[in-house]
Amino acid sequence: MAIHKGLSLRGIGAKAIDSVLRLGYAARFIARTAASSGTSLRRPRLVIRELYFTGVLSLIIILVSGLFVGMVLGFQGYHTLQTYGSESALGVLVALSLVRELGPVVAALLFASRAGSAMTAEIGLMKATEQLSAMEMMAVDPIARVVAPRFWAGVISMPLLAAMFSAMGIFGGYLVGVVLIGVDEGSFWSQMQSAVDFREDIMNGVIKSVVFGFAVTWISLFEGYDAPPTAEGVSGATTRTVVTSSLAILALDFLLTAFMFRGV
Amino acid sequence: MQRSTLDLWVGLFVVGGIGALLVLAMKVGNMSGIGVSESYPLVAQFDNIGGLKPRAPVKSAGVVVGRVAAIQFDNEKFIARVTLNIDKHYTFPKDSSASILTSGLLGEQYIGLEGGGDTVNLNPGDRIRQTQSAVVLEKLIGQFLYSKAAEGGDKK
Amino acid sequence: MLLQRMARFWHIAVRRAPRSDCDSTIQPLKSPACGVFPRIARTFAVPDKNIIEIKDVSFAYGKRPILTGINMSIPRGATVAIMGISGSGKTTLLRLIAGVMKANQGEVWVDGQRVNDLDGAGIYRLRRRLGMMFQFGALFTDLSVFDNVAFQMREHTDLPPAMIRDLVMMKLHAVGLRGAHRMMPAELSGGMARRVALARAIALDPMLMLYDEPFTGLDPIAMGVIRNLITELNSALGATSIVVTHDVQEALEVVDYVYYLSKGKMVAHGTPDEFRQTTDPLVRQFVYGEIDGPEAFHYHARPLAEDLRLSAGGDN
Repeated sequence: MAIHKGLSLRGIGAKAIDSVLRLGYAARFIARTAASSGTSLRRPRLVIRELYFTGVLSLIIILVSGLFVGMVLGFQGYHTLQTYGSESALGVLVALSLVRELGPVVAALLFASRAGSAMTAEIGLMKATEQLSAMEMMAVDPIARVVAPRFWAGVISMPLLAAMFSAMGIFGGYLVGVVLIGVDEGSFWSQMQSAVDFREDIMNGVIKSVVFGFAVTWISLFEGYDAPPTAEGVSGATTRTVVTSSLAILALDFLLTAFMFRGV
Repeated sequence: MQRSTLDLWVGLFVVGGIGALLVLAMKVGNMSGIGVSESYPLVAQFDNIGGLKPRAPVKSAGVVVGRVAAIQFDNEKFIARVTLNIDKHYTFPKDSSASILTSGLLGEQYIGLEGGGDTVNLNPGDRIRQTQSAVVLEKLIGQFLYSKAAEGGDKK
Repeated sequence: MLLQRMARFWHIAVRRAPRSDCDSTIQPLKSPACGVFPRIARTFAVPDKNIIEIKDVSFAYGKRPILTGINMSIPRGATVAIMGISGSGKTTLLRLIAGVMKANQGEVWVDGQRVNDLDGAGIYRLRRRLGMMFQFGALFTDLSVFDNVAFQMREHTDLPPAMIRDLVMMKLHAVGLRGAHRMMPAELSGGMARRVALARAIALDPMLMLYDEPFTGLDPIAMGVIRNLITELNSALGATSIVVTHDVQEALEVVDYVYYLSKGKMVAHGTPDEFRQTTDPLVRQFVYGEIDGPEAFHYHARPLAEDLRLSAGGDN
């Protein structure tokens, strides 16, 4: 019966309508969050506190992953490039792949599973234990007091984390390529510098990570705020945050990359 | 968690993030290069620019001396009008020539400037008279085949 | 120094709150001289005006009716219980009073304001003078006990930190948890959390206190403590209190008047004594916790014989 219902045309239609409704609700939610950001501006301490939870606590995973991704790129890149005798381009390969793609994308994926899921769980739990209702009963808007500072903290920390990820990855590539394998250090850096453009590559990477930060934080906060106030509801919302964020990051990455290459 | 420790960590985090951005800009990107210094414009006209892009480097004797600022199409003469931004430190004689070259076999295209012997230098906004267009591979192959065919004809 | 003096003053204020024999905290309200609303006599401003007037209010979630035709009026300074079994709509009624939801029909008046007409800002203004204690305390888990109690003061006032500290300590002292001000909510027992929630609810000296299931899930001692605090704090604040609960015996000892809801309708109301001596089978079943009665033990079902396939032609 349940399977039949799920597969029926009516079921699909209902699901589609439901998704559109949810999207509309999510849009209204983010608009309200942006509109009630005044409190965060007046009291930067609220944002600083959330920067600690979203940014500082994500540092370890970001830095370690960045280092490893860079080291793997160093090995793989060297292996591929040496067949064409152009090992000296290793720096270019590592830097461009990190700055343009892997930095923003992998950092955002890690951010979604580390900070995003934590945000969803925290807000969902605050809802389930009536903390948000209590706040509202005390004439304090939870969107302004709880959601908006987290939103800004997420949007601020994402580009910083992505930059650290890329820098760490390039260092990892340098470790493997130059220190371990023995690619010429001079050509590693100089080729990188002549090939990586500040505006085209680095700034576009930063723009990507800001967009990803916006998307991940939005999804995480909305899932938490919209979670059914039960234990199952919160755990389901946390899972949904990671899944939806990851898909959103990859889809947005495709759109942004297409847009940026067209803009050249 | 004490307030001050929290602040310290957040401060370190922000400094680290901005530091990483700066490292990317300075050490990895070419921000420290030509982009920031002052420049003056020169104009060059080409029959065909091939795959030249804005912001492509302008090199003289292999040294980057400027960048391509803009590429326009002249609809009266049907040629490309390329504006170059040349670093203020470098000056070139009036009879210098510009050609569109390719770095490596399939690399990106750039403009090569070759200094002439004139005593008067190019002023900002001047046009470089002598230009050589990009080599278009199809034309090259076409020429090659044509000459081969001609050779064959001779042999007969 | 100052703190100690203020704390002592507060303590005395609580202890010496005017008491008639009507609002004893231990004994049930027996004395007939007290009348229905014994505390009205003590209240100060506009004694003839009811703080809450609910006129013919109906509320429905979509098509599902939750409340129908509710009428209620609560005088200033009274302590009133809204009772009923789970799902009878009592929490919804509380939410209508606090403006969380708006009635589909009828009027809700709180302190001379028609809640139906209030916009978001108006509702927030009203709520600054309400205190609400939630079922399980609903303390902010990321803030310490001190910060929880200080929350509203920091959000709504520009008081200097030193004064906030003194005020918070006084409120915590009133619930006996001054020593726990550094603790985090996760470290508190259920009863302590409820007491902190109470201190937080009275932080801005509200005119109206709303208690949502204040006794649920507490051990007998903690329950007694909370019961005591509700009466003491309310008499000290001179506030009006509404207690939503299904802990009958506790509530009957605390309140002056009881409203009984069943399936979204107001089926009975009266003094606690009237409730104890009631002959109404519905109320009787509730007050004395009888298993079967108007609220049937069995959920609606087909006849048992049919479900067990014992019916006459039963070989299908």
